[in-house]
Amino acid sequence: MSRVLGVLPAAVGDGAQAGVAADFSQDVFWVWLLKAVAIIVFLLTSVLVAIWFERKVVARMQVRPGPNVHGPFGLLQSLADAMKLLVKEDVTVKAADKLVYIVAPMIAVFCSLLVYAVIPFGPEVSIFGVVTPLQLTDFPVATLYILACASVGVYGIVLGGWSSNSTYPLLGGVRSTAQVISYELAMGLSLVSVFLMAGSMSTSQIVDSQTQVWWFLPLLPAFVIYLVSMVGETNRLPFDLPEAEGELVSGYMTEYSSMKFAWFFLAEYINMLNVSAVATTLFLGGWRAPFLPADSFLQQGWWPVLWFLAKVWFFMFLFVWIRGSVLRFRYDQFMKIGWKVLIPAALVWVVAVALVQAVRRLWDVDLRTTLFVLAGLVVVGLVVSFLVPEKKPEPEAARAEPEPFDPFANGYPVPPLPGQVLPPSPRAQRRLAAGATDAGTSESPSGPETPLEVRGG
Amino acid sequence: MTGAFAAVHAALPTVATAVPTALAETGRTSTAEAVLFWVLAPVMVLAALGLLFARKAVHAALAVVVVMISLAFLYVAQEAPFLGVVQVVVYTGAVMMLFLFVLMLVGVDRSDSLVETIRGQRWIGVLAGAGLGVVLAGVVGRATYPAAQGLVEANADSNPIGIARLVFGEHVLALEVVGCLLVVAALGALVLTHRRRLAPRIGQRELAERRVREGANLAPLPAPGVYARHNAMDVPALDPDGRPLEHSVPRVLRVRGQEADAREYAARIDRVLAGGWANGAGSFTSATGDGPPLGARALARDAAGKDDDRPEDAPGGADAPDEPSAASADAHTADGDELRDEEVRR
Repeated sequence: MSRVLGVLPAAVGDGAQAGVAADFSQDVFWVWLLKAVAIIVFLLTSVLVAIWFERKVVARMQVRPGPNVHGPFGLLQSLADAMKLLVKEDVTVKAADKLVYIVAPMIAVFCSLLVYAVIPFGPEVSIFGVVTPLQLTDFPVATLYILACASVGVYGIVLGGWSSNSTYPLLGGVRSTAQVISYELAMGLSLVSVFLMAGSMSTSQIVDSQTQVWWFLPLLPAFVIYLVSMVGETNRLPFDLPEAEGELVSGYMTEYSSMKFAWFFLAEYINMLNVSAVATTLFLGGWRAPFLPADSFLQQGWWPVLWFLAKVWFFMFLFVWIRGSVLRFRYDQFMKIGWKVLIPAALVWVVAVALVQAVRRLWDVDLRTTLFVLAGLVVVGLVVSFLVPEKKPEPEAARAEPEPFDPFANGYPVPPLPGQVLPPSPRAQRRLAAGATDAGTSESPSGPETPLEVRGG
Repeated sequence: MTGAFAAVHAALPTVATAVPTALAETGRTSTAEAVLFWVLAPVMVLAALGLLFARKAVHAALAVVVVMISLAFLYVAQEAPFLGVVQVVVYTGAVMMLFLFVLMLVGVDRSDSLVETIRGQRWIGVLAGAGLGVVLAGVVGRATYPAAQGLVEANADSNPIGIARLVFGEHVLALEVVGCLLVVAALGALVLTHRRRLAPRIGQRELAERRVREGANLAPLPAPGVYARHNAMDVPALDPDGRPLEHSVPRVLRVRGQEADAREYAARIDRVLAGGWANGAGSFTSATGDGPPLGARALARDAAGKDDDRPEDAPGGADAPDEPSAASADAHTADGDELRDEEVRR
């Protein structure tokens, strides 16, 4: 997998490569080394921070302090956890398929580390006199390469679940397979509309195409579909069915301990960073700052790294926010959303975007005009929809008789349904009966007979 | 760990420096590409052999994955990055994943059966394989290797655009035909597996309503085990009367007859309730039953069919502990056996 990266035609001839905006022609060996090491260090430290961040934010949402013992604000908590995992006993399950069992977590981590190689952190900067883009590499199919890394990374989960030779991990693995197949489709389709608008699959070119407008606005449906499927892709709540604690102990990781478990854990958090970076790059303008002209000094040099990180962490916060507020889906509901909502919606959206792009090409309309025309159409459609009188719900067949209400239907005390009237309580009935006998008039309580005494069950 | 990954990340671009340009200009493979080929080729051949000789289906599938990814490397090395990456996305990521999905369901310990299902299958296979080998040898033997050319023009507007022109320009008809074929296949699979729903669908809501109607187990089943004493799957939980709840033990254990003896645990509780401590014996021995078995009493009452609250006339103290408990025990085992038989039959 990794060599896909290596043998990329990083620099064809002397100029920038065809189909790629970033120019890597100045790069030399030590620049690559520097960038690669920087990416690894960034990812590993970000994971430590992300774990702390998640625990802290979820804690705040649940009105409790969260980790606050180790280090200032509990910042060293995840470091302590990592150390603990490192020195724990490394159990290899006896009945496991040894080779696959050991390789699986490695696949997961390795593939998750590959994605950031094509993510642009910023524009060109000068590193020790060498002018180079803040990106390890880029090529015309960089976004597809990201999808490829993600899809191979899932093998780690699936094989981990299978090789443990245990029921819960196997179920987790099977779930993960089905989940990935269905959500990768939706994810890929939602990205296609970005490719259509940007006219490229290279990440640097996609960022370059967002100088006018960030794609999340004109491609809002695709953005929403991507957001949903990215949560599904990373096995996070509410889509964490492969490791659902309530059902599968912890799914594919159940039989893993110590460092092997830590690798799965690491892979999960790096994958969160990955999909956040992809969402930033493809939909939120990459490293661009909002509302600033392109020649502002804040859009050049090292500043954009800050905007990029802010956007990535916005998505990380989104992950935590969703985790803190949404319940886990049932498995069939989850599959139904994937296949019956996300994929059809993504398909329809791709066709619509393709049509609009074709019209633009045909009559040579520029992007801004197209967007304004489309927005106008949407507004007109909305206004017209307001003018259409709302369809009155059919008056329900008038209940001829109020249904007899049995407050102890099937032997259980039940509340009255809409349209039914709760009979007066036994005491009220007695009082009524007493009053009736006194007055001589017969005023029987409505509803059927109710037992005069309620015996507690 | 960090060092290792950094090394991998770092080592890669060094290859990149030499590879792509050489082929484009001279039509000859560069040294780096040759090295890549000679590293990957044996890996691929070994993985392909692994596919043939692996005993477990999942191992065979993994071997195919290795071949596919190595092939993707070679595609990229030959300046077809689109093909290489799509190979991984589509074949490794989706098709092989579907294979694995099916294979995993057979379990980790299962090996392929080597029984011939069709008579003479093996010999037909050998014959066909030999034929294929001859054809391949003939083709490979007659192949010539002229210097590659036209790569620069083909990739002039970047590789994906070049491929798009070919696929959606020159070969658009073939593409549409293949697309139709796939759609027909998918529809065929849908039609063949479609079943008309004869009965109304029973979902979560319907099940819940039925449970309420039938009046049984509204809440989840009681968990097995008596906490603080026997927190085990095979030990039936006790209800507030100290009566063992047989249905708290998982059905599988009951069918296998692996559940612990409910009476024994009931008896222990009875001994506690009978005042094992009140008698001054701080710790009671569990070997002998001594004391009024309350739980057993409840059972006996059930068996006799009179379920009223009259604690006064229950046998108290150590008066007559034996008959009721024996009766209840009999009733209980009979119940258990019936249940077991029923479930086995089902």
